[in-house]
Amino acid sequence: MLPTLRATSLRAVRSAPRARALVRGLQTDADKSELTGHVPDKHDEPFSIRLHDDSFQSYKCDAPSTEISVTKGELLHMYDQMTTMRRMEQAADALYKAKLIRGFCHLAIGQEAVSVGMEHAITESDRVITSYRCHTFAVLRGGSIKGVLAELMGREAGMSRGKGGSMHIFTPSFFGGNGIVGAQVPLGAGIAFAQKYLKQPACTFALYGDGASNQGQVFEAYNMAKLWNIPCVFVCENNKYGMGTSAERSSMNTQYYTRGDQIAGIQVNGMDILAVKKACEFAKEWTVSGKGPLVVEFVTYRYGGHSMSDPGTTYRTRDEVQQMRSTHDPIAGLKKYILDWGVADESALKAMDKKAKEEIAQAVEEAKQSPMPGLHEFWTDIYYAGSEPKRMRGRVKDEFHDYN
Amino acid sequence: MRSPTASCLRGPALYSRRPSSAPLRLALQHRFKSSVDDPSTSQVPRDGTRARATPSHHSAQELEPSLGNSNLLKRTPEEALATKGLVFADGHGLKGPTGKGRETRQMNLHQAVRDAMRTALTSNPKSFIFGEDVKAHGVFRCTQGLAEEFGQKRVFNTPLTEQGIAGFGIGLASVGSTAIAEIQFGDYIFPAFDQLVNEAAKQHYASGGSYPLPGGSFTVRAPVMSVGHGGLYHSQSPEGFFLGAAGLKVAVVSTPIQAKGLLLAAIRDPTPTIIFEPKVLYRAAVEQVPVDDYTLPLGPTDEVRPGTDLTVVSYGTPLYTTLRAIELLSNPPPALVQFLPEKLRPPNPAPSIQLIDLRTINPLPIGEITEAVRKTGRLVIVHEAGKSGSVGNNLAGEVGRRAFDYLEAPIGLAAGWDVPVPLAYEKFYQPDVIRVFDKLVETLSY
Repeated sequence: MLPTLRATSLRAVRSAPRARALVRGLQTDADKSELTGHVPDKHDEPFSIRLHDDSFQSYKCDAPSTEISVTKGELLHMYDQMTTMRRMEQAADALYKAKLIRGFCHLAIGQEAVSVGMEHAITESDRVITSYRCHTFAVLRGGSIKGVLAELMGREAGMSRGKGGSMHIFTPSFFGGNGIVGAQVPLGAGIAFAQKYLKQPACTFALYGDGASNQGQVFEAYNMAKLWNIPCVFVCENNKYGMGTSAERSSMNTQYYTRGDQIAGIQVNGMDILAVKKACEFAKEWTVSGKGPLVVEFVTYRYGGHSMSDPGTTYRTRDEVQQMRSTHDPIAGLKKYILDWGVADESALKAMDKKAKEEIAQAVEEAKQSPMPGLHEFWTDIYYAGSEPKRMRGRVKDEFHDYN
Repeated sequence: MRSPTASCLRGPALYSRRPSSAPLRLALQHRFKSSVDDPSTSQVPRDGTRARATPSHHSAQELEPSLGNSNLLKRTPEEALATKGLVFADGHGLKGPTGKGRETRQMNLHQAVRDAMRTALTSNPKSFIFGEDVKAHGVFRCTQGLAEEFGQKRVFNTPLTEQGIAGFGIGLASVGSTAIAEIQFGDYIFPAFDQLVNEAAKQHYASGGSYPLPGGSFTVRAPVMSVGHGGLYHSQSPEGFFLGAAGLKVAVVSTPIQAKGLLLAAIRDPTPTIIFEPKVLYRAAVEQVPVDDYTLPLGPTDEVRPGTDLTVVSYGTPLYTTLRAIELLSNPPPALVQFLPEKLRPPNPAPSIQLIDLRTINPLPIGEITEAVRKTGRLVIVHEAGKSGSVGNNLAGEVGRRAFDYLEAPIGLAAGWDVPVPLAYEKFYQPDVIRVFDKLVETLSY
């Protein structure tokens, strides 16, 4: 009896300071990191921040440290990127409603901390591949806003020359943009394998959502990656809903970071951009140092529906969305850090907002000006240049395209 | 497009539906083989000649000699080197770098496949081979010794994970590596179907030509067709499922020379390619194969024999059956002569039959076949897959539209049945020599 009692009381003592831990242990506020030192004057001088104690949960590994250093310049850069990305997504929303974007369009409003935070932890030699919710990654990984918006509208200036559309945008270090739920995950394992074989000190982030995490091929990729110790970071962006079904109603285990079996995992507050950055640094260090793959779950939230045709209010309450927007918003969280820590003042941020607004407006106009792709694109890139068949059929009976 | 000459020639045929070669269908009924595609007509011969059917005195062995004896195979170095379309990687042509000609070696099909992959691994350090059990030698010995020679970092086993294998290979290829994946049996390719059709085939187009990076190529090899006792999951012919996948190339090899040449072409083609290898040929097909690094072009068909009265198209194992049937019809043994319609019997000259090895399934070489059919006016297609959703029906449909004015007879299709490949009746499933022979006669005598 005695040992049991002691254990119980110890556990009670340990969990006392964190009453929130009763539900899931992780806290998902965007603004609970604390300044531990003083903020230097210089923009590029690092200073120390302590993330909230419950920013991470871990599985088969020690959680990342909650100490992180940032610079004023970096915080402002993050703010600039996050606001710009949100405005770009809002512009896409408007263009879709104006019927200038047709087909499919999946927006990541609310999830900006994941893409921007990740970008601040990795380099150009790292590789990223994700699902159809890909616009922000495409810009951050070397693309352009105009290129993304033009692609969404199917214009010549699009990053895939108007032929990929919303779900298929690529850059030299970003492999899309894939329309099939979960299909990009084994590709990520293949890409990471090449990095390992070529002994590159880099890794691949293969992202998927909580919905895709139940796809068989995700587990196939896990298995290969652990078996061969591939530097692949499996990133589950858990935005709580796989299309219109909540995680609890779709997954037998909603602790997605524990689903890699022998693969270690961490669960991360995906609304606090500083926690995201720290987690990605941890993941990169983990994989590149030869420990094999890692599963990283970012707990985040999408404000909009799954796609443009989903209002996003039939399977969750408006109050829930409103509450997340008003109390967990990643941009508001970062803004609070910047103001509280005296990194910049309100007027400077307003100026950045204005600049972002103008930048997006200009990109929208330029993208609109771009013409539709020429007819030759109809036949281009189906096969790699030089390996095409002699001719292909066209739109009408006697139309043929001859390859040379 | 309409040719008046052809129309005139075709005229009477439009109105007279001549009886087809029913007697022949009944030949060898003692072997319990129906020889008509359409089961609804197989029981009722249109001219009521069932009574005349007598068992043949020819043994099955004589009519269907083993595949290894086929005239498709090239048994001398001279024949092998005369193969159309050979392109040697060193650029020295048939004389070779020394000017003294090229060497050949006798290989069966699995040895030729291995030779191609060994060549690929030797010539490109960024090439990899992976699949289920490929490290030791693979179930058909296609990767024998490669892991020892090139190391397990380049030739390695995967888990039993077809969708994963395909996705992994696409990812590997997209960063500029040469990925050569084996799907252990064509029957197991279906879990990988999504990756092949949705990712591999579309990546280049969707990325506006950005991926795969230069040097990247993805090739999938898979054994297909029946051996006579494979049953539901080891004898299928899945090629028809890939017909609609623009951006994917699909070829079926028929001989060891092709196996090496087409596989190397696929490996060096940046467009993702599936090479299907008929598994019964792995050991049965033996011929002289050039030992140097060479390719055969992916895309063009191969004319096995010329002809003016009928074009026959086939690929893979049934190509052997078809050639045998054509040879029988060109020089019919006495036991078969009695079943032939008058005009196909000696002393009338034997029909001149063109045989084309299709080789490429996707993109389907419709243009070449159409041209051939415009000359001969008749077309028979032979393959092992069932008819529905098949290569034969696609080809027939498109050639029928394009060469309608030139056709003298309905396009014939000798194929497997639209049923699962039955273990106990696998031989019955395959279009055998008699079924093909019957289809040729039916089309020629229409």
